[in-house]
Amino acid sequence: MTFSLFFQSLINGLNLGAIYALIALGYTMVYGIIRMINFAHGDFIMIGAYTLFYTIPMMVSAGMPAWLAVVVAVVVCGMVGILVETFAYRPVRKAGPMSALITALAMSIFLQNLAMVLFGSRPHNVSTIFSLPSVSVAGVTVSLNVVLTIAIGLVIMLGLQLFVKKTPLGKAMRAVPQDRDASTLMGINVNRIITVTFAIGSALAAVAALMYCTTYPRVTNDMGTTMGMKAFIAAVLGGIGVIPGAMLGGVLIGLIEVFVRLFAPGWYEAVTYGTLIVILLVKPSGILGRSTGEKV
Amino acid sequence: MTKAIKWSYLLNLVGVAAVFAILSALFAFNGFGDSTTYVEGVCTTACYTIIMVASLNLVVGFMGEFSLGHAGFVSVGAYVSAITSSALAGKGLSDLALLLVAVLAGGIAAGIAGVLVGIPALRLRGDYLAIVTMAFAEIIRVVFCNLEITGGGRTMSGILRLSSFGRTFWIMVVCVTVMFLFVRSRFGRTVQAIREDYIAAEAAGINVTFYKVLTFAVSSFFAGIGGGVYAHYMTAMIPTNFDFNYSAELLSEVIIGGTGSLTGSIIGAAFLSALPELMRQFSKYRMLAYSVVLVLVMLFRPGGIFGRWEFSLTRLLHKLTRRKENAATADPTDGPAAPLAQKGE
Repeated sequence: MTFSLFFQSLINGLNLGAIYALIALGYTMVYGIIRMINFAHGDFIMIGAYTLFYTIPMMVSAGMPAWLAVVVAVVVCGMVGILVETFAYRPVRKAGPMSALITALAMSIFLQNLAMVLFGSRPHNVSTIFSLPSVSVAGVTVSLNVVLTIAIGLVIMLGLQLFVKKTPLGKAMRAVPQDRDASTLMGINVNRIITVTFAIGSALAAVAALMYCTTYPRVTNDMGTTMGMKAFIAAVLGGIGVIPGAMLGGVLIGLIEVFVRLFAPGWYEAVTYGTLIVILLVKPSGILGRSTGEKV
Repeated sequence: MTKAIKWSYLLNLVGVAAVFAILSALFAFNGFGDSTTYVEGVCTTACYTIIMVASLNLVVGFMGEFSLGHAGFVSVGAYVSAITSSALAGKGLSDLALLLVAVLAGGIAAGIAGVLVGIPALRLRGDYLAIVTMAFAEIIRVVFCNLEITGGGRTMSGILRLSSFGRTFWIMVVCVTVMFLFVRSRFGRTVQAIREDYIAAEAAGINVTFYKVLTFAVSSFFAGIGGGVYAHYMTAMIPTNFDFNYSAELLSEVIIGGTGSLTGSIIGAAFLSALPELMRQFSKYRMLAYSVVLVLVMLFRPGGIFGRWEFSLTRLLHKLTRRKENAATADPTDGPAAPLAQKGE
């Protein structure tokens, strides 16, 4: 492998990894707080992408800058997240993990098929928001779009980490999963905290949709399944519930995918899933996760 | 075996045979007019879906663990049986024998796959197990996409059409009976004990891992049989048929029917696979309706429509005959007393 090919793949892998990491953050935040795999999270990305598809031309024709569409997408995704949480997840929260998992699965199927009914199953092309030039570094052309994607990802992750560690709201978010009853006694409105978590996670999905569409400008109603599944694997790989773990897992999955695709194009998914299985068997709580013993 | 159990087996056999006789008579005499062939196809679909859903219920309902990768084992059975039947075609086997050999080969292959997946995967529990089964199913799909013998990612066609309605129906009956016997056996009770409290079960001297892998293997075996029947009915298939969505569909049929009720699985699978076929023009809304029903079931009946309740023909007959006796002995003047007395029992 020549250096330029290696470098190019590294950049591509980091780009993909940043997208996965951002989606993985949404999974990890929700799992961290209510111990539920939010299967519908991948479909929030799809909703974000469809919102971009419809709002970008509107923004352009109204003479406003195209990036304002992102704000709309963030708001729409946040709203959908809150709605799903309030009407589907909250009523079954007491019923145990099995019901929660199935409700999440059902919401995923619901959103996907709703999108198919509303927008059809044909793929749509999203017009680009930024068209930045490419630069040549050491014989490798790097699109500035990619650099921007990675930068956005990094900034959001850092911001989120600071938010969770430093603000009172973040502190409450960390307190709720530790002991829900004690949090209530300390004056934390648990339901509100969970809703806020969902809103943030879903808003992140909108940003992820923007990043995804910058690299692959195609929207389909089932785009969320594969994206979501891989991002979820990234979250589990890094240690679900841990924010730096999601970043690490996302980048790892992105790099694995790009580099395996170089050598064995048909097998990259198998390698990704295989890595997950190996990691889970060796360290079930993920790379950065802390294992919690089970009470007897 | 007591006389009562023998009697109930005989009774159930008669009941099943009656259902079969009615359906095949309807098909033979064009009971549905122009759409007879179509309805027959829907019934065949329902039969092999029942096998798949009931087998998934062994893991979800009786073992209490999630599998999001059932379609993977279905696909192993489908592909292995299709390869077996095309290899053995023209070797002097009758159609029925060929189907049985192929389906059994598919089942055994899926069972072996179940053991191989189960040994590492079943060390995990709950959410993590669900993810790992999903990952294994995806790996199985990728493997089938890349092997030349399974069509190399393209449609594998030209599989012999061996699954007629009658054969599928009786294969289904045998499979469900064996699963029922498994659940009612010492093994089945052990597995249910693990579901209720695996730590207590382990403390009572049960080898939890062994029983979990065993159940997983049995479940995969029957999934493979369902897949084999599917392959010989569809005659063409592509690995993407068996993706995550198919697993999710099978799981939702289990849940809606009732986790831990085989009759619930039968009704759930038959109803949910036949209903959308019969309303073809609404097929766009099929999965939409599914998901809404799923959420509603979770909200109002978290254990599924049947829960853990099993339909029993003997019990039904018993009740019916007793009601007659009651009615005969009860004073005709106090009519409402009889149902009340019944409730009190």
